Amino acid sequence: MRRTRASPATPQWARRRRGVVRDAVGVGVATGAYGLSFGAIGAAAGLTVAQTCATSVLIFTGASQFALVGVLAAGGTPAAAALTATLLGTRNALYGLRLSSLLQLRGTSRLVGAQLVIDESTAMALAHEDDPLARRLAFWSTGLAVFVLWNLATLGGALAGTALGDPETFGLDAAVPAAFLALLWPRLTDRRARVVALGAAGVALLLTPVAPAGVPVMAAALVAVGAGMVWRDALTGSATDERGPP
Amino acid sequence: MTTVAIVAAAAGCYLFKLLGLSVPESVLDRPVVRATAIALPVALLAALAAVQTFASGEALVLDARAAGVVAAVVALLLRAPFLVVVGVAAVTAAALRALGVA
Repeated sequence: MRRTRASPATPQWARRRRGVVRDAVGVGVATGAYGLSFGAIGAAAGLTVAQTCATSVLIFTGASQFALVGVLAAGGTPAAAALTATLLGTRNALYGLRLSSLLQLRGTSRLVGAQLVIDESTAMALAHEDDPLARRLAFWSTGLAVFVLWNLATLGGALAGTALGDPETFGLDAAVPAAFLALLWPRLTDRRARVVALGAAGVALLLTPVAPAGVPVMAAALVAVGAGMVWRDALTGSATDERGPP
Repeated sequence: MTTVAIVAAAAGCYLFKLLGLSVPESVLDRPVVRATAIALPVALLAALAAVQTFASGEALVLDARAAGVVAAVVALLLRAPFLVVVGVAAVTAAALRALGVA
């Protein structure tokens, strides 16, 4: 880790600032691909363009958003959809935990900054943790770049998805599980993670014929709780992924 | 009803983001909490993928979606980017339906 303490007046800092902002915009552009898919899938799930866009503005954490529209599209209750989305958002608490000592946010900036606590902004802040100024800039610039581009892409995807019409004709109903699988894939590097994934999928499928829609997925969360207790010292990895969705 | 779900999920997700920024590190930084938080997205995403592939109401069915997901797995094994993975699944399912196969 470099120990260069940048001061705002130096050319080193000017160079570093440009680099941080350039990376932030690059990460924001990369999340656009996920935003487009989310917008189209939201529209296919029967959400209006306004509802799809509100989801990206208000929830602003990708996996939770995909889960919300997925559960609603499958006929789950609003409560089941909201609970599944919230459970998927719990990992952001761990990101916030790492960030709180790095950023020292207080008052209004903490309330605003909290919405920007996502994989990308955390990864970028951690990448610049050697310097207080750089890590703050990395967090805010990445968070804002992703927020703007994620929401623009959502709007584009929702408009395109609405224009396409019947989702089944275009296979958009197959795009939904494919999206979940693509979000899951990078997390399967560890053998224990693969066991958790298979166990959770099995539980959800076994319960599908007997439980109301939405409940099988929430029941699968218990597999995670069990795994967390049994493998509390062994389940590692799944570090923040700045190339995934927010 | 959809709007209720969006607002409730937004409140829940925001509170967890704020919680991390607000509590002392020692409260949440326990092995069990950390391991569960790592396992939760794995379990939920796997369950969602499985249910969305095979469930039709309360029945489990094998239709064009499963073929689309198989195509998506191939794309993932070939390290294709996210949009390609999702696109391949959609095109595969749509093509099979257009051909009347599934």
